[in-house]
Amino acid sequence: MSGGSYYVPVSSKWPVLASLALGAMMVGLGTLLVFGGAGLPVMVAGLLTVLAVMTLWFRDVIHESRSGLYDEQMDRSFRWGMGWFIFSEVMFFAAFFGTLFYVRTFALPWLDGEGAKGVAALLWPDFTASWPLLEPPGEAVSGPHATLSPWQLPLVNTLILVGSSITLTVAHEALKEGRRDTAWHWLAGTVLLGLCFIGIQGVEYYEAYRHYGLTLQAGIYGGTFFLMTGFHGLHVIIGTLILIAILARVMRGHFTRDDHFAFEAAAWYWHFVDVVWIGLFAFVYVF
Amino acid sequence: MRMRKRLVWTASGVALAGSAVARASGWNMPVGVTDLSQDIYGLHMTIFWICVVIGIVVFGAFFFSLFRYRRSRGAKPSRFHEHTTTEVLWTLVPLLILVVMAVPATATLKAMYDTSEADMEVMITGQQWRWRYEYRGEDVSFTSNLATPREQIDGQSAKGEHYLREVDEPLVLPVDRKVRLLMTSDDVIHSWWVPELGVKQDTMPGFVNENWVRINEPGTYRGQCAELCGRDHAFMPIVVEAVTPERFASWLDERRSAAAEAAMGLDREWGMDELMERGQEVYATSCASCHQPDGSGSPPAFPALAGNQALMDDRERHVETVVNGVAGSSMAAFRNILNPVDIAAVITYERNAWGSETGERVQPSAIAERLAD
Amino acid sequence: MASHLPPKSTTQHEQPASAGMAAEPHAPPRGLKRWLLTTNHKEIGTLYLLLSLTMFFVGGLFAMVVRAELFQPGLQLIEPEFFNQMTTMHGLIMIFGAVMPAFVGLANWMVPLQVGAPDMALPRLNNFSFWLLPVAFTLLLSTFLMPGGAPNFGWTSYAPLSTTYAPPSTTFFILSLHLAGISSILGAINIIATILNLRAPGMRLMDMSLFVWTWLITAFLLIAVMPVLAGVITMMLMDINFGTSFFNAAGGGDPVMFQHLFWFFGHPEVYIMILPAFGIVSVIIPTFARKPLFGYASMVYATASIALLSFLVWAHHMFTVGLPLVAELFFMYSTMLIAVPTGVKVFNWVTTLFRGSITFEPPMLFALAFVVLFTIGGFSGLMLAIAPADFQYHDTYFVVAHFHYVLVPGAVFAIMAGVYYWLPKWTGHYPHPQLSRWHFWLSVIGANLTFFPMHFAGLAGMPRRIPDYALQFADFNMVTSLGAFLFGASQLLFVVVVVMCVRGGQQAPAKAWDGGVDLEWTVPSPAPLHTFETPPDFRPPQH
Repeated sequence: MSGGSYYVPVSSKWPVLASLALGAMMVGLGTLLVFGGAGLPVMVAGLLTVLAVMTLWFRDVIHESRSGLYDEQMDRSFRWGMGWFIFSEVMFFAAFFGTLFYVRTFALPWLDGEGAKGVAALLWPDFTASWPLLEPPGEAVSGPHATLSPWQLPLVNTLILVGSSITLTVAHEALKEGRRDTAWHWLAGTVLLGLCFIGIQGVEYYEAYRHYGLTLQAGIYGGTFFLMTGFHGLHVIIGTLILIAILARVMRGHFTRDDHFAFEAAAWYWHFVDVVWIGLFAFVYVF
Repeated sequence: MRMRKRLVWTASGVALAGSAVARASGWNMPVGVTDLSQDIYGLHMTIFWICVVIGIVVFGAFFFSLFRYRRSRGAKPSRFHEHTTTEVLWTLVPLLILVVMAVPATATLKAMYDTSEADMEVMITGQQWRWRYEYRGEDVSFTSNLATPREQIDGQSAKGEHYLREVDEPLVLPVDRKVRLLMTSDDVIHSWWVPELGVKQDTMPGFVNENWVRINEPGTYRGQCAELCGRDHAFMPIVVEAVTPERFASWLDERRSAAAEAAMGLDREWGMDELMERGQEVYATSCASCHQPDGSGSPPAFPALAGNQALMDDRERHVETVVNGVAGSSMAAFRNILNPVDIAAVITYERNAWGSETGERVQPSAIAERLAD
Repeated sequence: MASHLPPKSTTQHEQPASAGMAAEPHAPPRGLKRWLLTTNHKEIGTLYLLLSLTMFFVGGLFAMVVRAELFQPGLQLIEPEFFNQMTTMHGLIMIFGAVMPAFVGLANWMVPLQVGAPDMALPRLNNFSFWLLPVAFTLLLSTFLMPGGAPNFGWTSYAPLSTTYAPPSTTFFILSLHLAGISSILGAINIIATILNLRAPGMRLMDMSLFVWTWLITAFLLIAVMPVLAGVITMMLMDINFGTSFFNAAGGGDPVMFQHLFWFFGHPEVYIMILPAFGIVSVIIPTFARKPLFGYASMVYATASIALLSFLVWAHHMFTVGLPLVAELFFMYSTMLIAVPTGVKVFNWVTTLFRGSITFEPPMLFALAFVVLFTIGGFSGLMLAIAPADFQYHDTYFVVAHFHYVLVPGAVFAIMAGVYYWLPKWTGHYPHPQLSRWHFWLSVIGANLTFFPMHFAGLAGMPRRIPDYALQFADFNMVTSLGAFLFGASQLLFVVVVVMCVRGGQQAPAKAWDGGVDLEWTVPSPAPLHTFETPPDFRPPQH
């Protein structure tokens, strides 16, 4: 409940700059995709501006926070905000998991002649449903010639990401006990694990394209594989950037034992990314 | 009591008169000529009258309150704001009405989904922007195009009675036979809809949908594509000719021999004039809606043919495009739509019309060989 | 710091809100910069409302073009290709540019005032949410200038018409929708945080005004489904640009899957556009009936039930795509269920009027028209829920009539009711009584003339989204077009009324409507830039 000290900033130039920069990034991306190369510099400039503006925006927030302008109520606003933001991310991935489920449970069996809509097989007499789908129904689309084993790089990545959630928790506990050095060591370890994950994912993509014929164009298996692991990977990259920023703040001594919501928000985000990966490991790789 | 009885009679009299007007005047859903379309009409009218009755009660109370409790009439506000019994009641009563409504709706829906034990099957394929009908197992198939002349659409001549609802070749079906309709599409989603048959079913590219129809009365029934399918969505009508089973059988025979005749001439050399003449007809029905009567197209979706030097220089690509279409575009593979004579004629026409005079002839026999590969 | 200023006097106020800025120690920027950089919920609310009004006329212009072409059979004015762009952009602009921003604008203005908060919970984020929208709509409208023209596949963007067969500008359409989606999600997060965290001390959830309640639930819906839209349009983007096969059976995908994902977003989206309207009407009717809202608690529960049911009914938009029978039955039953909580709402409004003391000021007129005309849209909705009958209604003008009844005399009338209701609070003046009545009656006549004949055209067999039609539909279409021109023209009157009201008019006191009970009526009219910097003394009303 409001206690009369809720901080309302007077005005800020960052939001409008951020939206313009994001717009420039979209224009650049669209131009790149539709009309070709000229869009690339615009997109990159837009992206860099977005990152710069966000840095300046958060610098203001950090400054206000450290000047003691934020009360407990403001802290709750941030918590609600971050919580609902992560919920929106959950729904974003839910759409992709729904896609995977629909394709595997309904679309492919139907195309193969099973189930309520099996009459579709009239159009694809030679098609046999399987998952991973190596031979898509249409001749024009060629599937991957092999799929990645979950028990090699993906398993390693699972251990890395689960491990990083643990190291992050250790860092958080240390911070709560006021042991700043321990906290930043473990946090730095977490960042390293995040970087390892990204690197290994890159190697895996290279292998997929180079040796397995597993590409975006390789039918629905390739599509769902890259859609889900790709957006997850993007989130790991964002999460790692956030952790790096938090690491810098821990090292500068920005956080106290009981006031470090920025750290917690980053941790929430990281755990969310971890949980999504476990879902991916189960349904994209193993089953 | 008597008063109430009279009210009931008056109400149903108005209702009957209302629905009679609606039936006759084209203001309401057609009753249709199949058992199912009549069931659907029944459901439609039942739910409509339920809504009317609820509407009379709710709007009655609403306007009564507005009139009776105006402040200008000196109304003093009451303070009540809850009444549990009423609230429970007006939650449960609508629920009950819905359950009552769901029973016949479920039965009709089940019947609509029962495509078993059909006497014959027709495969309906949607294409931008025409319908293709294939009588499965009968060796008869054809495409059905809009027959309304361009001048009527552009307002240069008076519009006919069946403006936009007339085709060059209707789908002919026998009455009193259960016809299973299989539907698919070659490009985007279309929807095959004939209101009087009570059938509307989307045609999904790559999938097959089922529906069925058993027509009770001979006649001509008209409909059109119901799902936005691109530029000429408004111009892909459906006409169903329902005839007696005997006439249907003889029609099938005639259709078979006509198709054979149209495809004749593969063994001889065709002259320029006859190819051009036939090509012009084929172009008008199958190509002009996209590439325009004067070949100017509407780029980027539909390239120009007139003055298209790259195309004129590359006859092989021209033939290939017409025969096999262009994947991922609106250009259909005409091998499934036209016979070899028509394909040869239309390519010849395109290569010699609108000032392109390459002088080249494409022979039907060459196309037939190509299709055989 | 602004937040440490003493609260403004609540008895007098010398400056109109349009001039808006009292002298402050750290004077905020003036002129254009003031609007670009603002973090104030009232200014941002105003920006949202102005954007919405602009988009209402842009989308309206497209509708006028559509109706002009459909005035009589034949192709007279525009080519079918352009017609399809007009219907598509009309839908997109009206939904994402007019109706949604209008409600967000009203929420920005009124939620903090009704819960007694000093501002929105995250004011800078609020400004970001707004300024994303002009960027998004500039990008969307710029597609008209691209080769192949603007999106032409209907606002529902069914694949593969919207992927393989779409114009090149589709990629830009998708990216602009991403921007609008980010804006909606962040805006909704802000509204939820404000409602859950910034209520005046002592205000329990069940003490909140219905407008706040419906927005709380709407914000939840937004956060739940906008990401799903983002996901599905991303898959479109990949099918178009990266050769994936999500919606292509040849690669193992399914075009119907697009529709499942789209309508999983799309149906809650429908309620996103109507729940805040319920809230506005539930606030206005008690005010002018001078009697507490009947069944406050059941209103809250009904709104929540409608929101939850909205996640279980999406495939009723897809009855004819060839769903398995079990799915058809499930979605038919769940859709019919929605009639129950919606009915409860209508009964509650009518009972609120019963034994009240009713007057007919412009906001009340719009709210009353909403009740009647929305209910008509609800009836046709119930008819559409009956799956076998939907096989005949689907994709016809009957559907067009249905959703325009719930969106125009539904959502749009509720927005206008809200604007007339709160204009005195925003500007300090009452809207011109005669002119606003003219606006009301012309709108009611225009809307009904436009949308009622569509029922008949649809039942008689006219499909939607066609630029030319068979002769038996000619009369209905002519009436509809005339009605549309009347409705469109009458909205110019609305602009006149609003401009006049900003510039002057009869002065309004703090409590502009004698029946108003919510907290906004305790601050002066016009509301000063900063309100409730110290939380107000809140006493629960009788619910």
